[in-house]
Amino acid sequence: MYAVRRTSAALLAAVVLALVPGTSAGLAASPVSSTAAGLGADGTPGPAIEETLSVPVGPEPDGTAVALDVTVFRPGGLGQHSEPWSAVLLAHGFGGSKADLVERGRDLASRGYLVLGYSARGFGASGGRIHLNDPAYEIADARALVSLLAARSDVLLDAPGDPHVGVVGASYGGALAIMLGATDPRVDSVVGVVAWNDLADAFFPQFAVVGPRSPLGPAQVDRSVEPGPLKALWASRFFGSALAAAGSPGAGAGAGAGAVTGSGGGAGAVCGRFDPTVCRLFLEATVTGRPSPELLTVLRAHSPRPLLAGLRAPTMLVQGMADSLFGIEQAAATARAIAVQVPRLAIRWIDGGHDGLSSTAAADEQALRDWLADTLRGTTLLAGAGQFSYAAPIPRRRTVAPLFTTPDSPPTATWTAVPLAPLVGASGGGTSDPQRIVTPPGGQPASVTAIPSLGGLGVGAAAYQLAALPGQSAAFDSPPFAQQTAIVGTPRLTLTVTSTGPETVLFLSLWQVTAGQATLPRRLVAPVRVLTTPGQPTSVDVALAPATWTVEAGSSLRVLVTSTDSAYAAPREARVDLVAVAGGELQLPHVDGDLLAAESDLDTESVGVATAIALLLAAFGVLAWRERRRRRLLPDRDDLADVPLAVEHLVKTYADGHRAVGDVSWRAERGQVVGLLGPNGAGKTTTLRMAMGLITPDSGAVYLGGRAVRPGAPALSGVGALVEGPGFLPHLTGRANLHAYWAATGRPIEEARLDEALDVAALGGAVDRPVRSYSHGMRQRLGIAQAMLGLPDLLVLDEPTNGLDPPQIAAMRPILQRYAAAGRTVVVSSHLLAEVEQTCSHVVVMHAGRVVTAGPVADLIDSSDTTVVHLDPAATAETIAAVADRLLSVAGILEVEIVEDEGDSRLVVTAGMPRPDVVRALTEVGADVVGLSSRKHLEEVFLRVIAAAQTAGEPTGSVTERLRQVRAR
Amino acid sequence: MTTDPVAKQPTTTVPTATEPRATEPSATEPSGRHTRGALSFGAEVRRQLGRRRTLWSFVIMLALPVILVAAFALGRTSGPPGGSRLSDLAQQGSANFAIFALAAASDFLLVVLAALFAGDAVPAEASWSTLRYLLIAPVPRARLLASKWAVAIVSLGVAIVVYLGWGLLVGGLAYGWAPFTNPAGGVLGWGELLPRLAIAAAYLFVTLLQVAGIAFVLGVRTDAPLGAVGVAVLVAIVSSILGQIDSLGDLRNGLPLHYIRAWQDLLTPQVDWTAMGHGVLWSVLYTLLTVGLAFAVFRRKDVLS
Repeated sequence: MYAVRRTSAALLAAVVLALVPGTSAGLAASPVSSTAAGLGADGTPGPAIEETLSVPVGPEPDGTAVALDVTVFRPGGLGQHSEPWSAVLLAHGFGGSKADLVERGRDLASRGYLVLGYSARGFGASGGRIHLNDPAYEIADARALVSLLAARSDVLLDAPGDPHVGVVGASYGGALAIMLGATDPRVDSVVGVVAWNDLADAFFPQFAVVGPRSPLGPAQVDRSVEPGPLKALWASRFFGSALAAAGSPGAGAGAGAGAVTGSGGGAGAVCGRFDPTVCRLFLEATVTGRPSPELLTVLRAHSPRPLLAGLRAPTMLVQGMADSLFGIEQAAATARAIAVQVPRLAIRWIDGGHDGLSSTAAADEQALRDWLADTLRGTTLLAGAGQFSYAAPIPRRRTVAPLFTTPDSPPTATWTAVPLAPLVGASGGGTSDPQRIVTPPGGQPASVTAIPSLGGLGVGAAAYQLAALPGQSAAFDSPPFAQQTAIVGTPRLTLTVTSTGPETVLFLSLWQVTAGQATLPRRLVAPVRVLTTPGQPTSVDVALAPATWTVEAGSSLRVLVTSTDSAYAAPREARVDLVAVAGGELQLPHVDGDLLAAESDLDTESVGVATAIALLLAAFGVLAWRERRRRRLLPDRDDLADVPLAVEHLVKTYADGHRAVGDVSWRAERGQVVGLLGPNGAGKTTTLRMAMGLITPDSGAVYLGGRAVRPGAPALSGVGALVEGPGFLPHLTGRANLHAYWAATGRPIEEARLDEALDVAALGGAVDRPVRSYSHGMRQRLGIAQAMLGLPDLLVLDEPTNGLDPPQIAAMRPILQRYAAAGRTVVVSSHLLAEVEQTCSHVVVMHAGRVVTAGPVADLIDSSDTTVVHLDPAATAETIAAVADRLLSVAGILEVEIVEDEGDSRLVVTAGMPRPDVVRALTEVGADVVGLSSRKHLEEVFLRVIAAAQTAGEPTGSVTERLRQVRAR
Repeated sequence: MTTDPVAKQPTTTVPTATEPRATEPSATEPSGRHTRGALSFGAEVRRQLGRRRTLWSFVIMLALPVILVAAFALGRTSGPPGGSRLSDLAQQGSANFAIFALAAASDFLLVVLAALFAGDAVPAEASWSTLRYLLIAPVPRARLLASKWAVAIVSLGVAIVVYLGWGLLVGGLAYGWAPFTNPAGGVLGWGELLPRLAIAAAYLFVTLLQVAGIAFVLGVRTDAPLGAVGVAVLVAIVSSILGQIDSLGDLRNGLPLHYIRAWQDLLTPQVDWTAMGHGVLWSVLYTLLTVGLAFAVFRRKDVLS
């Protein structure tokens, strides 16, 4: 059994080594805050200078010499605080060594203190055995160290041999600090963090109290003298840590060589570096579950409690609410004892402890520094002569607990009572009916309520099921709270217990119930041990484990009473208890504290973002103003007021470097149907898009009726366009599309001339079908109709006949001509040169981004001095040549050209006389004329014009080749 | 597709020169008179109504609460009562159900809807080739964007309100009208809850404006209809992934949609407004930035669609 215990103890030791000294060092774990008051004030802090000493102290009871391993941290560098310095003595927690003190030592040294950190007797590299803060040994050692400080020349002295020194320690070291302060009048400041008041009370806790609610403070109770059940899990941890320290060199030499007094070899192996007497007593108690009077005497003697009458130095007590080993009741007991006799008492309740780290670690460390500065240097950084500060539960969505403070410590409390009723369904009876709790034989299964060192883990919904074992627990609920309530201190209630045994041990915990779900906000259990007469009801006042709670509106509190607890060694005899809440009420204490202002990041984030928004709005304002100015720089041209469309020196180069349009200028006058011709890639569509304001030209401008065209210019309301294909909303019908388009212009529907437009489209019944079902030709006609909505003065059509069949194309011709005849203007871009010939009155030919030629169609295609004569296909070449010669001899004929095509020979006659005379000349020379025409084919003209434009500055190459080289779009 | 059934010779009713031209609007009238009413809100709404994607997004939204009720019914009917999450308490009553449905949808569905309404507005017109005709109408560019943006965000607001109301109704019919029980503690009566729900809907609306803004500016920049939506949703996803990297610390507060769950602070009896305040400020910043950028880009853009 010892072997099993050793392995499990060794495992626990690993946990404990991480936690017990960790929690004491954790209070210094936070990095040195740059906003700490001390840093700047110290000037240039240099690194602390460390000296290691070995200090001989009093010997062990068996005569072994003991030397303590000590490190002194001296402030380095020049600073505001120069020699001599105030001193601080640091003590470490159980299972640790002076290595845990290094960080805090350096930090305090950098603030101008001379720090002495040491490994306690029986720990680390120090000699001797662990005596659990025996006044004759550990406390005496500490007194020797204070004398050492007094002997140094760089330590400030209050009197010869009396150094100006403060003592800081956590857990084991905290109790040492308090006991040292109580026994050594030279100590000027005491800080005890998560320390104990009475070790017997800590390991055999009893929360049954006698006496009324204490007026001195919410968490101060009178404890009855009966020891409670053994805190078994923690006891085994203590030994686990001691066992881990058993391997250090200082222990083996003295203990192994001589006989270990009073115990056999086996116990010595388990006890490690513990003093054998203490160890033996402790082990007995863990086996029997009950303390012997001898153990209680030893434990009580090794505690601050009997010595507190001698404590006259300012004291700061920090105690944790996540601490099932030394809870807040320990600090409260100490505070109550010394409140009247110390000049200053500060009490701080943190939400860390032996079971977890404090969420306000940085603030705690700063408070410690402020306390030392106040008590050793006379500053007033901590407000008030006394101060009570406590951490409220961490609110939702936060990670740090809010800290509250009141100036009077111990504080006064206000008490409210809430009714408690047994949980509905348990017995179905009235509120005064007692609940039946069974203690199972052997004490198993045991309720699992608060597992030491697992305070930080959220066990979740299963936690209540593990704690409230059916038949072994009784729950008493309060009604739901009407509003959010804060509880600070020790809730109290009175139980009436009737037991079948001579004594009963019960464990109480406080749960919070929300929507049927019970959670344990503070993992603390209050054991109660009462001596009873079997069958007779006994009344016992119980003070629950003190802490802070926040109960939300709509939640209720539940007091859970169980007969067993896995962390305690309770009596194992089976028994049945009947438990009721006397008076049916729970007393809740409350303290009105002021919230300590924490760093509010709200300000920086909100302010930062609001500033960014303001800057953004300002930037928009500037940009809008610049746009407005730029608009004014593009003036209208009054001289073009009568010209529906004037393109002036447009230039556009696309982002890929392709110069689409280079210095293009042309006009479309009223009543004209202007054809815009050019090969693909000539820049026609680009010019039209610029005319519509869809594209911004690099330079130049387009004027509609003298007004410059910009994107969205109002002048565009007089333009109807069909550019690069029609566009419709596919889910709407044809008619609805036209309506939607007209609605987008914002003009009244009467101006739309919808019926005329629909007539142009000539869609019949298809107008009421969704556009997605239309053919290409139907869409094209509807697109033309959309362009004609409102009968705009300028109609721009890009390839309007694309997709139409010949009858439809033929039908479009008179529409366009009549449109222009009414005084409006039509611009048509097309590849069907035959159509352009027939439809357009004027033509603009573009090529490679330039206007090659522009003018009336008639001028281009009709050269009155040229006649084309088609001859009989049967005529031979000689006949044709002869005819040509004879023709040339006729006066007035300037030039005769023979054009040979397969089966079709033509004579192109250029003459200075009217055409009828040319015809007469032909008949005179006997030509077999079968056909006669002017140079009417626009296609030929077009190709020739394009070719001429190309050769006008470019190297050779055939016309067709060059025409094919136009840039692909 | 189909051939035109009508005969090819239309009667030409194009007005001849005898038509008085004075009654016709001409381009020489004073500027601005016509373009003030261009693409009004109502006109834009009528353009968007009847689109399949609008219809289907509302159908899915309305179906979701019904699907949730069905899912709960199919699941375990008897389980331990009470729970610590919204989903555990969703069957308690109309209020719990509606809030659970809102929480479930606001993570992703509403984000997608916001991106869809805003990101599809301009690219859809470009894909139908109607964008250039709108600009020729003429609709000033800023006016066009403003109209589209207004319709997009109003659709989003309507979607949120309809979803919430419908969730309340479905929850009430399925589970009764019990007031809201907060899993973390507290009960809110209807008198307190309804104004808070309104504030929650408003807060969600303001937060989702960020996504709408991102989708909007992407839609204006590119002309791919679903590309804008896809990228905006991607931004939301990446933002939530980065939000899980703890080493970024407080920098995460600046990620888009970081505070999208902050409306749940309204459910506790005492409301903590800090997270919601931050969320509103960041959302306003991002929305102004993206929409401003959209306007600036569109103003100068060469419309080639």
